[in-house]
Amino acid sequence: MRTILSKKKIRDDFVRKIEEISGQKLLACYQCGKCSAGCPAVAEMDILPNQVIRYAQLGFKEELLEAKSVWICASCYTCNVRCPKGIKIAEVMEAVRQVLLRKRKDHVEVPKLSAEDKASVPAIALISSFRKFTS
Amino acid sequence: MKVSYYPGCTLKSNAKNFEDSALCALRELGVDVQELRRWNCCGTVYSLTTDDLMHHLASVRNLIRVKEEQADSVMTLCAMCYNTLKRVNERIKADPDSLQKIHKFMDEEKIAYRGDVKVRHLLELLREDVKFEAIGKKVKKPLHNLKVASYYGCLLVRPKEIGLDDMENPTVLDDLMAVLGANPVDFPYKTECCGAYLTVDKPETVADRTFSILTSARGRGAEVVSVSCPLCAFNLDHRQKETAKKYSEFKKIPILYFTQLLAIAMGCGEESLRLDLHYVDPQPLLRQKGLI
Ligand code: SF4
Ligand code: SF4
Ligand code: SF4
Ligand code: SF4
Repeated sequence: MRTILSKKKIRDDFVRKIEEISGQKLLACYQCGKCSAGCPAVAEMDILPNQVIRYAQLGFKEELLEAKSVWICASCYTCNVRCPKGIKIAEVMEAVRQVLLRKRKDHVEVPKLSAEDKASVPAIALISSFRKFTS
Repeated sequence: MKVSYYPGCTLKSNAKNFEDSALCALRELGVDVQELRRWNCCGTVYSLTTDDLMHHLASVRNLIRVKEEQADSVMTLCAMCYNTLKRVNERIKADPDSLQKIHKFMDEEKIAYRGDVKVRHLLELLREDVKFEAIGKKVKKPLHNLKVASYYGCLLVRPKEIGLDDMENPTVLDDLMAVLGANPVDFPYKTECCGAYLTVDKPETVADRTFSILTSARGRGAEVVSVSCPLCAFNLDHRQKETAKKYSEFKKIPILYFTQLLAIAMGCGEESLRLDLHYVDPQPLLRQKGLI
C-alpha cells in the first residue's frame, strides 16, 4: 500500500477538530504501542489504538472515519491509564465517533432493533449503547 | 449512620437482586439508607468530548437533588452510576467556565451547584465508615469453603482519579470476601472489560470476553464470580447462553453481586437475594455449601 504524507493533510482542520474535542495533544504520542498492548478489543480492530493516534497525527481523515476500531472500543480506559505520555486514547476514539455521529450517521440504528432485541437486554445496556453509538 | 442513596434505574428493574440484598445487608449493619426523594438516570456513560456539556446535566441534576436534602455525600451501588456521577462532579469542579454554562442552562434550579457533594460507592462506605473489621464481627453465616473470584471490571477502578482502589491490582472486593469467611480467588482477568454496551450490537464479542473472563476464574478454582455492576452482571451471567453456544468446552458458573454474598453472611432472608433473576442458577451451589 502506498501512503502519501503531506503538510496539507497534517494541517487539515480535521486534525485540529480531533485535538479540540478530544482535548488531547496528538503529537505527544511517541508510538510506543503500550495502549494497543493492553487493549482487550485489538483482535477485532482494523487499526490498532496506537495507529488511531498516528493516523490522527498525520491527518488520515478518510481512513479514520472508515475505521471499525472506534466502534469496537468500549471506553474501558485501560489504554488511558497506561499511556506513559498521559494521552487519553479513549477520548480520541470518542472524538472520531463524534465527528461521524454529529453528521447524524448513527452506528446503532434504533428503528432496526426489534422489540425482542430491546427486551432481551437491560436498560443500562440500551441507554449506554445509544449514548455512545447514536447522535 | 445515615446515608443518602442514589439507586439509578437498573437497580429498580433488572438488578433488584443487587438493590434488595444491599439494603438488607446495610440494615443489618446499622446503616440508615435514605433513598433520594427525586432522581433521574445519570446517563450511564460520561461524555468524553470536551464540548459536550449537555450530557453532564443529568448527573448535575442528581447532585442538586442531594443538596436539596441537606446531604453532603451520596452513595451509589451501580459501578456505572458511580463513575459517571463522580466524573461529572470532578469535571465541573475543575472547570468553572463549563459550570457557569451549565448553570445558565439550568436556571430554574434553586441551587447553584458547586461540586461539593461527595460521590461514594457502597464499597467505600463499607471499607471506610462501617469498616471491614466490624463487618467481620457481625457475620452470622460465614461463607466457609466458598471460592469467590471478584470481578472488578472497568469503572470501579478506572480512570485513576475516579477509581476506588489500585487500578491494576484492586483487592477491596477480595478483602471483603475474606472477612465474610469466603476463600477469595485472584485471577488475571479481574479488571478486563466485559464489552459493556457492545452487548447490544455485538453480543458475540461479549460472549468471547465472557468466555475468557470466566474460564480464567474457573481455572483458578472459583466456584462463583462476584460483580458490582449490573451491566457486567448481565454480560457475565445472561450472555453465558451465547457463550455456551459458541464454545462447546465452556462450563457455566454462577454470577452473584457482592451484596448478595454480603447479605447471606449478614443473615438476610432468601427473599432479599432475588435468586430468581439469574440466568445461571446459583441455588444448587449455595445449597450445597449450606448457605441457603
Ligand atoms: S501508549 Fe500513549 S504514547 Fe504509547 S502509542 Fe499509545 S498513545 Fe502513543
Ligand atoms: S478504551 Fe478502547 S482503545 Fe482503549 S483499551 Fe479500552 S477498548 Fe481499547
Ligand atoms: S448508569 Fe445505570 S443504573 Fe445507573 S442510572 Fe444510569 S442506567 Fe441507571
Ligand atoms: S460493564 Fe464491563 S465495561 Fe462496564 S464496567 Fe462493567 S466491566 Fe467494564
